[in-house]
Amino acid sequence: MGAGVATSRLAPRDAAELAEIVRAHPRPLEPLGFGSKRSIGRPIDADPLDLSALDGILAYEPDELVVTARAATPLAVVETALAAHGQRLAFEPPDYGPLLGVAPMQTLGGVLAANLAGSRRVTAGAARDHFLGFEAVSGHGKRFKAGGKVVKNVTGYDLPKLVAGSWGTLAVLTEVTLRVAPAPETETTLIVESETPARAVELMAQALGSSCDVSSAAFDPRQGVALRLEGFTASVDARAAALSTLLDAGGTALEPPESRAFWARHGGAHALADWPVVWRISIPPSHAPRVLASLAAERYLLDWGGGLIWAAYGRLDVARVRGALRAGHATLVKAPASARRETCSFPPPPASLAAVHARIKLAFDPDNRLNPGKLD
Amino acid sequence: MICLPEPDAGILARRERIVTALRALVAPGNVIDEALRLKAYETDALTAYRQVPLAVVLPESTAEVAAILRYAHREGVNVVPRGAGTSLSGGAIPAADAIVVGVGKFNRILDIDYANRCVVAQSGVTNLAISHAVGECGFYYAPDPSSQIACTIGGNVAENSGGVHCLKYGLTTNNVLGVELVCPDGEVVRLGGKHLDSGHYDLLGLTVGSEGLIGIVTEVTVRILKRPQTARALLIGFPSVETAAETVAAIIAAGIVPAGMEMMDRPAIHAAEAFVQVGYPLDVEALLIIELDGPAVEVDLLIERVSAIARAHSAVSSRASANEAERLAFWAGRKAAFPAVGRLSPDYYCMDGTIPRRELPKVLRAIGAMSKRFGLRVANVFHAGDGNLHPLIMYDANVPEELEKAEQFGQEILKLCVDVGGVLTGEHGVGLEKRDLMTYQFAADDLELQHRVKHAFDPNVRFNPGKVYPALRRCAEQGREHVHAGAERFPELPRF
Repeated sequence: MGAGVATSRLAPRDAAELAEIVRAHPRPLEPLGFGSKRSIGRPIDADPLDLSALDGILAYEPDELVVTARAATPLAVVETALAAHGQRLAFEPPDYGPLLGVAPMQTLGGVLAANLAGSRRVTAGAARDHFLGFEAVSGHGKRFKAGGKVVKNVTGYDLPKLVAGSWGTLAVLTEVTLRVAPAPETETTLIVESETPARAVELMAQALGSSCDVSSAAFDPRQGVALRLEGFTASVDARAAALSTLLDAGGTALEPPESRAFWARHGGAHALADWPVVWRISIPPSHAPRVLASLAAERYLLDWGGGLIWAAYGRLDVARVRGALRAGHATLVKAPASARRETCSFPPPPASLAAVHARIKLAFDPDNRLNPGKLD
Repeated sequence: MICLPEPDAGILARRERIVTALRALVAPGNVIDEALRLKAYETDALTAYRQVPLAVVLPESTAEVAAILRYAHREGVNVVPRGAGTSLSGGAIPAADAIVVGVGKFNRILDIDYANRCVVAQSGVTNLAISHAVGECGFYYAPDPSSQIACTIGGNVAENSGGVHCLKYGLTTNNVLGVELVCPDGEVVRLGGKHLDSGHYDLLGLTVGSEGLIGIVTEVTVRILKRPQTARALLIGFPSVETAAETVAAIIAAGIVPAGMEMMDRPAIHAAEAFVQVGYPLDVEALLIIELDGPAVEVDLLIERVSAIARAHSAVSSRASANEAERLAFWAGRKAAFPAVGRLSPDYYCMDGTIPRRELPKVLRAIGAMSKRFGLRVANVFHAGDGNLHPLIMYDANVPEELEKAEQFGQEILKLCVDVGGVLTGEHGVGLEKRDLMTYQFAADDLELQHRVKHAFDPNVRFNPGKVYPALRRCAEQGREHVHAGAERFPELPRF
């Protein structure tokens, strides 16, 4: 939060009030649900915009695989409603609460605005891949909609993709529609030992490139390679056997509750909670061993078959991290506010794209009123 | 009739100079300006509309594309990108004052990377060629639009193409990792790569499905998947559309996401069976083709579960494929549905709305009533799993006004899709075809935002003019001012 103190609480009761505030409020705004990801990115000077009243599931039709909810609906409420019908969000929104030292409370809109995705991202996609449509208020203070409320739609530009991962800098979401997926009957996780990250990446590539339908592949140097299998019980059993044979490696299989707990921890990088500086780095999976060597992280985790590195440090060294990448991008997820003021937490767009990025921001928020500077 | 924008006389007058300039930028033989050869480019798969372009240029490298676009940008020349020209929505139909930039010579696969499970291909490579290139190692590229033997991966990116397997495996946008894009000003940018997601605005996600309005894609990185161990299909007949639709809902509710789930109505079944004779039941009102893929043990289990669900919903016939030949035979009728309908009628017009599936019986009844009112036959095939409807309207272009009637019929169907909570297009794109209906689905403020996004890439509005967004332009064909509803509501924006 910035230095400015809000003179009065900005808490619109509905989308119309929100639009009025965005139009009329004299200062920049910081859209907030529970504020769980507020400590990510450059601290900004803006008045908090409390969206918590935009709450509630509006339509959920399990056999259409679609849910529509107001943007500040707590994620847990949505997940509970889906679970009651044997469904879930396929992209597995992670809980960064323990990592960032905040309560495990986030909103559906917040998850989408940050384009979060957990370990299943490697096979099931990220929030962006399941974000079908939205209603929002632009920086002009105008209400608009984009996308649709059906699972297959190519009408007009795919603005949900653009808004996913824009961290509230383009528009304030008021209502969102997502595709949902059946929850699996069961799951298990095979834990396989690996001496080195290079061997781990090899094993994960072999597993993900097999027909065993591995849904997640991760590595924790303290635990080994973890390979998740989900689905119908008979199928999971058969695939677990096939996978063990394929990898020709011993190991242990986690029971469903342990498996679920493992991925909840791993997807949110809970093992790195004690470190003050944590980076989230997306790269081509085969680059992982070389990038890890350059990163020289004090503690790390791999996910997405090696395509995601969580790197933890005692102190911030931006040049080391950004310099380690030949492809991909690195986001500073956790650092003291003083350090985040001095550096850009998000990867700066390459020079060839900077102008387009600036014009996209101008298209939605010409007066730079929404989360100004958060991404810069 | 849909109006093509009236050409810019200033550009037409400079035609010779433009052709000469293009010949200096690429091998002279790669610029086409002879009337006879230009005819080959006058339309795409929306053949009711034809317009010969100013010229066609077929660059051979990204640098040549960049040089062409820099020239067009500087000289104010319109550009229409083109892949294989298989668009069903008129996305690649030229404009008289535009140069067509075709990616036909971008036909090389650049990198097959099994370690990262991806393929890098030039944009003119066909969809199917990617699967063929990795087939020997047991991999494939999942999205499979029906034109996959001809359509290009660049065109798939432009249209966000689907296919019968996208319920389980996603559309193009869920399977593309990166592109090289030449922006309208000639700037070459790379979006994404072999890694996942974007650290900043997701311009890759925006580019997929942008229908050639923000640049030309020259290279595409797609993810590839290991082929499932087994695939089997079920062919199930129902006494009514309602019972078939209830079966689809019950399958999804049971936690099963089939690889493909297609529905055909009685006219479509009969047309297909008459054409390919694969043993479709002719005494049913609706047919479901359901494909299940994965490990053999899973597929066998799900074949049983789906069969039981179908029986509980009054299925009158059910066959499970016992081998690969039988599975392919089940699909042969569905895949031949379009040409099969083509045998019944001199012309047909394929629609592409998506609806919430629960509305299917109501929508099909309404389409039946429209069919009587317009006096035009219709057959329906339907991607049942994801609610994507393909009514095929049969007409004869040689009968005066039948094309207009077919178009009105189609427009009424699409408006109905929007009325019941659906959308104008599930996979074919807006293009020229549905452009004038955009104001039916979107309000002025919605479209204004989309216009602003277009301007972020193409401030001079030179790319694929007349497509996707309603235009305030003189109508070329009727020679009168053609103002579309809502278009004048944001006069501060240039028109395209």
